[in-house]
Amino acid sequence: MADAAAGESHSPLAQFMIKKIIPFEVGGVDVSYTNSALAMTAAVVAVSVFLIFGMRRGALVPGRWQLLAEMGYEFVANMIRDNVGQEGRRYFPFIFSLFMFIFAGNLIGMIPYSFTYTSHLIVTFGLAATVFVGVTIIGFAKHGMHFFGFFLPHGVPWFLAWLIIPIEILSYLSRPVSLSLRLFANMTAGHTMMKVFAGFIFVLGIAGVAPLVMVVALTGLEIIIAFLQAYVFAILTCVYLNDALHMH
Amino acid sequence: MTDKKPSPCLEDLDARLRRAHERRPDQGADNDQGPNRGSIGAGLGFALRIGIELVAALAVGVAIGYGLDRWLGTAPWLMVVFFFLGSAAGFLNVYRAVSGYGYAAGYSRDSDRDKKGSQRESSPDSDK
Repeated sequence: MADAAAGESHSPLAQFMIKKIIPFEVGGVDVSYTNSALAMTAAVVAVSVFLIFGMRRGALVPGRWQLLAEMGYEFVANMIRDNVGQEGRRYFPFIFSLFMFIFAGNLIGMIPYSFTYTSHLIVTFGLAATVFVGVTIIGFAKHGMHFFGFFLPHGVPWFLAWLIIPIEILSYLSRPVSLSLRLFANMTAGHTMMKVFAGFIFVLGIAGVAPLVMVVALTGLEIIIAFLQAYVFAILTCVYLNDALHMH
Repeated sequence: MTDKKPSPCLEDLDARLRRAHERRPDQGADNDQGPNRGSIGAGLGFALRIGIELVAALAVGVAIGYGLDRWLGTAPWLMVVFFFLGSAAGFLNVYRAVSGYGYAAGYSRDSDRDKKGSQRESSPDSDK
């Protein structure tokens, strides 16, 4: 795996290439096990191991790993409590899994020669579409036809309704797009930028120290962004959920 | 004493914990890690959101317009219409995000507006 990227081109975009590890086809549909799927598996395994082994003791006075696991739990639980309220507790498992999956994916992407699956629009759009469809269904289940009140704000005069309703619908439909685009763009741009700077290190010879310093700084920034984007994704899911649960 | 009857002691602790948890939503916003995390995380996160928000609605608008044009054969008029609707929706999204409506679809009533402004401390109890 490690020499695959080095053997091919030195394009900063080569890191996003999907490579088949186990070619596999079902009914003409390509469902190969790719490096993206490998990174996802690694993320799920890493999160599971982290949580299961972290909480294995379940001690009253937590150790280091248990403390980390509990911090993750507390963080998401607080986020849901602040943004959705007590009713949001039921959706904790989903939002926690979502947050951990994205966070682990972003962090795994920070390991050299690994693959960042959150840098692929289809992955982030899949996640965002799940959130969008789920939230819409929850809104319908809770409010029925009153759900369409979303699209006609209070106090709009009737002669403006024909203009406001399409705008509101577009605004609503843009949610999964902006949700997925944000994560995708941040991860792709960050990783590309790192590769570009890293590409200058050897070319510049002794002056390559400057881009080297830059890459070190960018690595720190990317780790912050890895957390921040997972946080933003989870918090926006909470906000959308809150909208669907407590319509105004 | 405690090793003889551990359960009443733990039950007492449990009850006290539960009481503490019930009280907590009211003062949840005032704990010391809340504002700190909020100012760094939310501030930077907020900045990263805004630009995308504008583009996303525009892209959705143009995509819908283009799709309808292909379907109805009315090119390029619906795309033009939806371009403007999409940009309006984008501005609406940004306006809402910046002015603290959150990402709620539709405007809140006046009574809700106060709630939205102080969303963090009051949402758990006032939304029930």
